[in-house]
Amino acid sequence: MAQVEAAPGIMTTADGQPLKLSLQRALRRSKIRAMLLVAPLFLFILVTFLLPILDMTFRSVENQLVSEILHRSVPLLQQWDEKTGDLPPEDVFQAMVEDFKEGRENRTIGRVGTRLNYEVAGMSSLFRSTARKARRIKEGPYTDALIKANKRWGDVETWRLIKRESGTITLSYYLAAVDLRFGSDGSVQAQPENRQIYVKLFVRTLWLSTLITALCLVLGYPISYLLATLPTRTSNMLMILVLLPFWTSLLVRTTSWIVLLQQEGVINDLLVWVGIIADDARIRMIHNQAGTIIAMTHILLPFMVLPLYSVMKTIPPSYMRAAMSLGANPFTAFMRVYVPNTVAGIGAGGILVFIIAIGYYITPALVGGTSGTLISNFIAYHMQVSLNWGLAGALGAILLAIVLILYLLYDKIVGIDNMKLG
Amino acid sequence: MKDVLKYSSFAFAGAAAFGLAATTALAETDLVVVSWGGAYSASQQKAYHEPYMAKNPGIRILNDDSSSEGLAKLRAQTEAGNVTWDLVDMVASDAIVACDEGLALEYDPDELLAAAPDGTPASQDFVEGSLMDCFIPQIVYSTTFGYRTDAFEGDQPSSIKDIFDIEKFPGKRSLEKKPIGNLEWALLADGVPVDNIYDVLSTPEGVDRAFAKLDTIKDHTIWWVKGAVPTQHLADGEAVIASAYNGRLFAAIEEEKQPIAMMWEWQVFDLDGWVIPKGGKNIEEVKKLVYFATDTQRLADQAKYISYGPTRKSSAPLVGKHAELGIDMAPHMPTDPKNAAKTLLFNYEWWADHRAELDERFQAWLAQ
Amino acid sequence: MTVQSGAFVSFKEVQKSYDGETLVVKNLNLDIEKGEFLTMLGPSGSGKTTCLMMLAGFETATHGEIVLDGAPINHVPPHKRDIGMVFQNYALFPHMTVAENLAFPLQVRRMSKADIEQRVQRALDMVQLGPFGGRRPAQLSGGQQQRVAVARALVFDPKLVLMDEPLGALDKQLREQMQYEIKHIHESLEVTVVYVTHDQSEALTMSNRIAVFDDGIIQQLASPDELYELPENAFVAQFIGENNRLVGKVTAENGTHCTIDIAGNAIQALAVNHAGVGSVSTLSLRPERVFINPGDGLCPNVFDARVEELIYLGDHMRTRVNVCGHDDFIVKVPNSAGHVHLKPGETVKVGWQAEDCRALDAPAEAA
Repeated sequence: MAQVEAAPGIMTTADGQPLKLSLQRALRRSKIRAMLLVAPLFLFILVTFLLPILDMTFRSVENQLVSEILHRSVPLLQQWDEKTGDLPPEDVFQAMVEDFKEGRENRTIGRVGTRLNYEVAGMSSLFRSTARKARRIKEGPYTDALIKANKRWGDVETWRLIKRESGTITLSYYLAAVDLRFGSDGSVQAQPENRQIYVKLFVRTLWLSTLITALCLVLGYPISYLLATLPTRTSNMLMILVLLPFWTSLLVRTTSWIVLLQQEGVINDLLVWVGIIADDARIRMIHNQAGTIIAMTHILLPFMVLPLYSVMKTIPPSYMRAAMSLGANPFTAFMRVYVPNTVAGIGAGGILVFIIAIGYYITPALVGGTSGTLISNFIAYHMQVSLNWGLAGALGAILLAIVLILYLLYDKIVGIDNMKLG
Repeated sequence: MKDVLKYSSFAFAGAAAFGLAATTALAETDLVVVSWGGAYSASQQKAYHEPYMAKNPGIRILNDDSSSEGLAKLRAQTEAGNVTWDLVDMVASDAIVACDEGLALEYDPDELLAAAPDGTPASQDFVEGSLMDCFIPQIVYSTTFGYRTDAFEGDQPSSIKDIFDIEKFPGKRSLEKKPIGNLEWALLADGVPVDNIYDVLSTPEGVDRAFAKLDTIKDHTIWWVKGAVPTQHLADGEAVIASAYNGRLFAAIEEEKQPIAMMWEWQVFDLDGWVIPKGGKNIEEVKKLVYFATDTQRLADQAKYISYGPTRKSSAPLVGKHAELGIDMAPHMPTDPKNAAKTLLFNYEWWADHRAELDERFQAWLAQ
Repeated sequence: MTVQSGAFVSFKEVQKSYDGETLVVKNLNLDIEKGEFLTMLGPSGSGKTTCLMMLAGFETATHGEIVLDGAPINHVPPHKRDIGMVFQNYALFPHMTVAENLAFPLQVRRMSKADIEQRVQRALDMVQLGPFGGRRPAQLSGGQQQRVAVARALVFDPKLVLMDEPLGALDKQLREQMQYEIKHIHESLEVTVVYVTHDQSEALTMSNRIAVFDDGIIQQLASPDELYELPENAFVAQFIGENNRLVGKVTAENGTHCTIDIAGNAIQALAVNHAGVGSVSTLSLRPERVFINPGDGLCPNVFDARVEELIYLGDHMRTRVNVCGHDDFIVKVPNSAGHVHLKPGETVKVGWQAEDCRALDAPAEAA
């Protein structure tokens, strides 16, 4: 006690060091250790999660390709006034022919065609065929030669498109992702009605995810309650049944759903045999939205049950008893005392199921029929088939934004601290 | 930012690259051959890879069943500057995309590929239109129709018009959930001559006309995504008519003895073949493998194991019996003259231009 | 169904079995007076909590009848019994504030808002938690939570209040303080309380009467002093307070008294509950009723004892001696002026009155 007299106001240790400094030093070692423990996971998440997301988001606006490959003609095009309705001058055509020759040599010109084909159908073959013919164009006038190679070069729209998409950053992927596009005059307009699909799919995805989350809650709540109140041995058995979907492969599950649910399937056979439905009025439960809902609810149910169960397990049975002894009938007691105490589990399960559902695509594709396609199917399609990674990135970024907004809303309304995953 | 792109693409390709890179040091040369897996890879293994490795002890062929994601993975590898695949099996339409993207090697058929035994150069021996800038054709398969033989009394479906005739042939159809093929069939059933199909489809009215025809069976159609599904639909009685790959139908009819028959009219030919990734590490070795694997005898051999037709005209007479069932394979080939009276070959160029647009339109149509 | 007047709660031949094989409660008969503070005391598994739960309505009696305020309640659901209950872990609703917890029973009874507010405030004041209405239970100390639980059980003026080991989670000092508080609340409200505990000092402090449970049976039902002074069987003697237990054979009986032979020593004892001459009996003798070196002729029972151990406890010396072959015989020597100073190993005389030494039934393990 006697040593604590050094400077007025500053606490020091026995040897006169300022106490704060000394404490920091003592804590530094444990801080470093904590950071080292976290580092592998942090790196893992950085490499496998954050970087790919950043990458895809970057790709959804990135647009260096056109100006990089058509590096002679694009700068010249900037001086061309596309509003006059005249074709660009001869030097642009000449530069374009040279770009084609070089692009043909480097095998890069096809990428420009593919890129522009995202905007206007037909660009892909225009570039492919022109590339073959361009090497035979030896001398001018290049305008006529190029138009002779393909008459679309005589269309002002083609040049407008190239000019519009020659910036290093483009919004066209995002426009496409919400069923909009640039018109030929550069203004934003709606896609033709029969190509409008993404907004519909976003809405459908959100709606189905909400419905599936609600179904999981309705089905999962009583099961979780049962699990939490039964003796351990019985509840362990039941828990295994709940977790069973986790342990079977998707193909096995899909096949069994089909066997069960199809019109010539077990359930329909049973209903016909019992006489509930006529043989010619068999119910369609698969290859439509019902199939998606049934299958996804089945798959995602454990994600609802587990957090609910872990929260319910912590609610002492005495709460319900107390409520009843205080005069509440069982229903009131349940609604006013039990349910509010499970909000954390409902929130956690709901968010978990919803977020997983929003990104699901294999199951809907297999059992969903016409109305079961979700937005993720298109993301996968653009990733794997059309290689339009820009559009895939834009769709993914929008989906991510929707999830984040919903998450923030949830935080505002329920409070994220209230979430309990188990 | 370019670096970020590069490294994250590397992470994307990493999973595939990692497992394979570890094994390269063992044989003198390891060739990573990417294909579809299952019965198809098995037929390639028996007809091409095993004889080739027997002849060339220094070569080891490693199979990777990634063809269904071939394009995306190949692009990721190329962007990361680390192409670990040596040969990739692709359908022709994917090969065109790969070629446009600069992912695949262009080649000269007469230089890379063997001449027919009678000396016909490769460029003449392969089926017309099958050779493309980067695409080395291997088999012709077709998407055609199968129907349940117990579904209709009297007349059985025999033409494309019957497929769209709900009155005469009631029951569910099972069709592939994409516009390619379905649009062509719709126009053919609507009376468009086969030579005009793509001209008609190039006009907005033509596309509308095709969708209008599809509308007539839309309520009677279930859609499949995976190739194994349509024959299952037929076997379960979920559908009475289904479009399916001819190899799947062959298996259902001859191996599983299902009450199914085939309707070959306007079968749609598609091609499957090899693509040599640009930037591969063993390009010279791979070229030798391709030379061997696409010669007349090898292509004919593959048909012993799977009922897809060889793309060389000179192979057709050599097609023998099924290796296990012992049945003559020739009549089951989509290229057999009896089956190929009316066939349609995709216009790949046209689809390369219009696929994205029509896929969206098709989904919008489905959702209506 | 007519009911005896006077008994406010009565258990009539009540039995309870969970598994259909063993009875947890064996033929319980118990009458509780209005305004009484009755404690069910016993070791765990003795059936006391089961009885309380049957009374609250959370368990159904397998046989017999339970009557509350003149009406049988076997088939009345818990929420219609109008019984307040304080639970072992308080069971305060964590998602409600203290005031909301107290208002809950009033809200479900559809009282007016003004009434509710008034009663809640009164109840809070009663347990000295006036300013704490807006807090959540988790923000209160254990003792405060306990008071809220008591207030909640009382706020709706129930006919009867049940308390299931309500002080078990508190530390010793707080527990004693709460015992007095609950006792005072009981006295001022004149409410009938049935209290379950396994802590005998708690029972002695608070109760009007105590029912000692063991093995599904009430061993003795009596006031605290009677229970301590006049235990009727070996279990009660052993369970309540400290007790010296000597086991021997009954050799003679003489009206109210008898003689017990223990290791060749004849002990004069009060005949309370033995099975007659020749039977085994447990002698119960409180340590504070034993004298060291008693004056000649003062005690009928005087024996030699060897001092084994001395423990200094401030107000008294706890002295373990060896008497009649029992080396766990405890004598409390008061730390009064001029008391004898003992040393371990020393031999002294110990003696006691026949009235303080009760001959009870044979110990359970010897029966």
